[in-house]
Amino acid sequence: MIDKVTPHITQNEPLLFERSSPGKKAYQLPELDVPEVDAAEALGAENVRAEIAGFPEVSEVEAIRHFTRLSTWNFAIDYGMYPLGSCTMKYNPRINEQAARTEGLAWAHPYQPEALAQGCLEVMATLEAALAEITGMDAVTLQPAAGAHGELTGILLIRALLEKRGNPRKKILIPDSAHGTNPATAAIAGYAIENIKSSETGVLDVAALEQIVNEDVAALMVTNPNTLGVFENNIAHAAEILHGKGAMLYMDGANMNALVGIARPGDFGVDVMHLNLHKTFSTPHGGGGPGAGPVAVKKVLEPFLPAPRLKKSGKRWAWDYRRKHSIGRVKAFYGNFGVLIRALAYILAHGGPGLRNATMDAVLNAVYIRKRLEAYFDLPYQSPNMHEVVFSDDRQAAKGVRTGDFAKRLIDYGFHPYTVSFPLIVHGAMMIEPTETEGKREIDQFIDAMISIAKEVETDPQLVKTAPHLTRASRVDETTAARKPILRWKPA
Amino acid sequence: MLAACGVNSPEELFQHLPEAVRLDRPLDLPPGISEYEIVQYFRDRAGDTALGYASFLGAGVYNHYRPVLVDTVVSRGEFLTSYTPYQAEISQGTLTTIFEFQTMICQLTGMDVANASMYDGSTAVPEAAMMAVRATGKGRVVVARNVHPEYREVLHTYAKYQGMPVEEFGYASETGGIDLEDLERKMDDLTAAVIIQSPNFFGIVEQVKAAAEIAHKRGALLVVVFTEAVSLGILEPCPDADIVAGELQSFAISPSYGGPYAGIIATREKFLRQMPGRLAGQTTDSRGNRAFCLTLSTREQHIRREKATSNICTNQALIALMATVFMTVYGKQGLRELARQNLAKAHYLAGKLDLRFSGKYFNEFVVRAPETINKELLKKKIIGGLPLGRFYPELKDCMLLCATEMSKRADMDLIASHAAKPQAQPQEVIA
Repeated sequence: MIDKVTPHITQNEPLLFERSSPGKKAYQLPELDVPEVDAAEALGAENVRAEIAGFPEVSEVEAIRHFTRLSTWNFAIDYGMYPLGSCTMKYNPRINEQAARTEGLAWAHPYQPEALAQGCLEVMATLEAALAEITGMDAVTLQPAAGAHGELTGILLIRALLEKRGNPRKKILIPDSAHGTNPATAAIAGYAIENIKSSETGVLDVAALEQIVNEDVAALMVTNPNTLGVFENNIAHAAEILHGKGAMLYMDGANMNALVGIARPGDFGVDVMHLNLHKTFSTPHGGGGPGAGPVAVKKVLEPFLPAPRLKKSGKRWAWDYRRKHSIGRVKAFYGNFGVLIRALAYILAHGGPGLRNATMDAVLNAVYIRKRLEAYFDLPYQSPNMHEVVFSDDRQAAKGVRTGDFAKRLIDYGFHPYTVSFPLIVHGAMMIEPTETEGKREIDQFIDAMISIAKEVETDPQLVKTAPHLTRASRVDETTAARKPILRWKPA
Repeated sequence: MLAACGVNSPEELFQHLPEAVRLDRPLDLPPGISEYEIVQYFRDRAGDTALGYASFLGAGVYNHYRPVLVDTVVSRGEFLTSYTPYQAEISQGTLTTIFEFQTMICQLTGMDVANASMYDGSTAVPEAAMMAVRATGKGRVVVARNVHPEYREVLHTYAKYQGMPVEEFGYASETGGIDLEDLERKMDDLTAAVIIQSPNFFGIVEQVKAAAEIAHKRGALLVVVFTEAVSLGILEPCPDADIVAGELQSFAISPSYGGPYAGIIATREKFLRQMPGRLAGQTTDSRGNRAFCLTLSTREQHIRREKATSNICTNQALIALMATVFMTVYGKQGLRELARQNLAKAHYLAGKLDLRFSGKYFNEFVVRAPETINKELLKKKIIGGLPLGRFYPELKDCMLLCATEMSKRADMDLIASHAAKPQAQPQEVIA
């Protein structure tokens, strides 16, 4: 029945603290070549701690086995298809990892003299230029650490510009299909949020937008293609409406992987946007980070970008700190440089034509999945999709199986689940994004698994509702975890 | 596949995009290059850096040895190429290591709970301030001038639009520690948080207890920031702090020209619900075995949207894992031994130089020395200290130096030969 996986043996492994025994060690330090210092004298006896109570004590082989065994309890892109919609789980090329570890770059100190950091600055300048070309924008800052951080930077830029024009305005408009970070960001930037309902076709309702936009509106935050995977066909018109009232258009670039080489936000009226380098540009998610969230802007917003900015004087790059209109820093130093290296390596490897091909493959894969699955699942929005497709669990729910249960059963078939219950405008959403990484064979296996589970729902819904059955951990009790939080280990 | 999609070419899949928005030319980027060429490209860039130089820079980013095990573990595809562990059943590896990370951060800081990481130390500071605002219902923050200057800049950026006034208080010119009288003056009953750093930006161990008393007397929380995590191997964490916001770069995270690093926030149990960021918690699976999952997500943006405690989503999981492996490798004895070596090296170098402040210091210190010595040292492939005039005009004749276990005695002697302290004048003895 199950084509792809059979369970493999994983070993039990206690927590580090349970493994510890006094006196074991995994470290080596060289002999001290200077005289010892009395800690109590140097630091004040009251400032010196007795010990780090509870800290682990293990040998080197125990340490490597510990982490290796734990690692086998994870699913990963390296194991198979990871079709999390909106998260863009594409292959993470290993050359990127090696590039980021190049010694002179990995060991560069952010305060080393600029004359001795030219290689770093060159990498950053090259990436800035490439991202400006890809997005069709005029200037890029690489400082933000992740997508949500980029959003905050972008909204603060808008706020600074509007303030300079005399009125920062009061609210940000956000479609009901948006990522949760959008409203959270607007709130942190001091704005009220007004939700706008999507149209019946799952896109921005421009007529409704026209009614709402007034002098109180600072910006519209829109994801394009949106979280249904549908291109916002009226985006240019929306930009005109906003600009007509002195408001700005912010684009969440989480789905930029559907557009690279095909269309550029700068060409369809976007004033400011962020990119997630850990999505579109293949840097690894690493179990939840690090990311990088560069922000690209039109000329009018450039003076407000975070300081410092890269500047070329003669043949040398330098940091320009004298930026009187800057919103200030959003992060110490210059950005997640190690992530920036990886993204540039990806861009260099693909080149212009390769990036465009990746976009086309990503969209082809998603459209193919849609075509092959639409007979089995409810498709609430019929508009053409791009890099992802969102079904609902409508038909399966009739048998008492919800999207979350269905997703858990996918695990038994050797796939990571799709994104569950998002976007919120689709009840019981099943959001599938294959990325360009997957070949036809893996995708067909995924499709077969989806169809097979849909049949199980008809014949044996209980089997699906209690999945996964083949994992090391069975269904995890998240309710108890939240009700009685245990957030650290303590000795028994 | 094209046939199944009902098209003849992939281009047709984009026909529904309005003509006007479609790019009508190829991207102006060079064609792709091979793996070998990419390696060479970055090696060439690295040739135009400080490769081969010894460095005595600290100031929030430290040169510590990275045990080989760290990259061995984080290079495993299971950790490297997995997403945020929302699907607990197939993410127990990541979740267990986060739980261990949270535990070790609590053990190090003496706090009750710690989150799964923030972007870095600098962004952890405004997050801690906003947390204090939520916890106290007050709106104002005071921050010491000897907190890392770039961290303060980030705090000001975040605070500006939130109706969160930020005021700075001074440091004592003699000791380099916070000026308690100035702190007392800047306090009022609307203050939500007092933010100090220990060891502070000048490397001086702060008077945390005294600051806590002043903060608590006015109903404010004390936020203690750290940038040099190795100091926690030997320094007593302050039991009177309410929130600890720190940077773990010292724990096997490459300097990497400023990032990616990993920040943390740790706090008291009673402030748990105000904490930003992800948390892993212990529970059981349906067979009754111990298991872990992300928890208390009703604080977070994907559930609470505009009412969330923070907008943070992606954090620094893999970097936090580096720190976890580092803490495991060094362990209880090793971290202390490492801290002792740092202390010894710094005191060896500082002992030969003209110290600006009298406060107790760990592995960084401010010396009076003209910027010109850095030029001399560069000729010998040594990067000297950070000239402080750029951040503190009153310290324009001073620089911040750092010595770690990586600092060689010969290099330190060389620095001393360029910047030795003036010969001590015979002092008059007052009977």
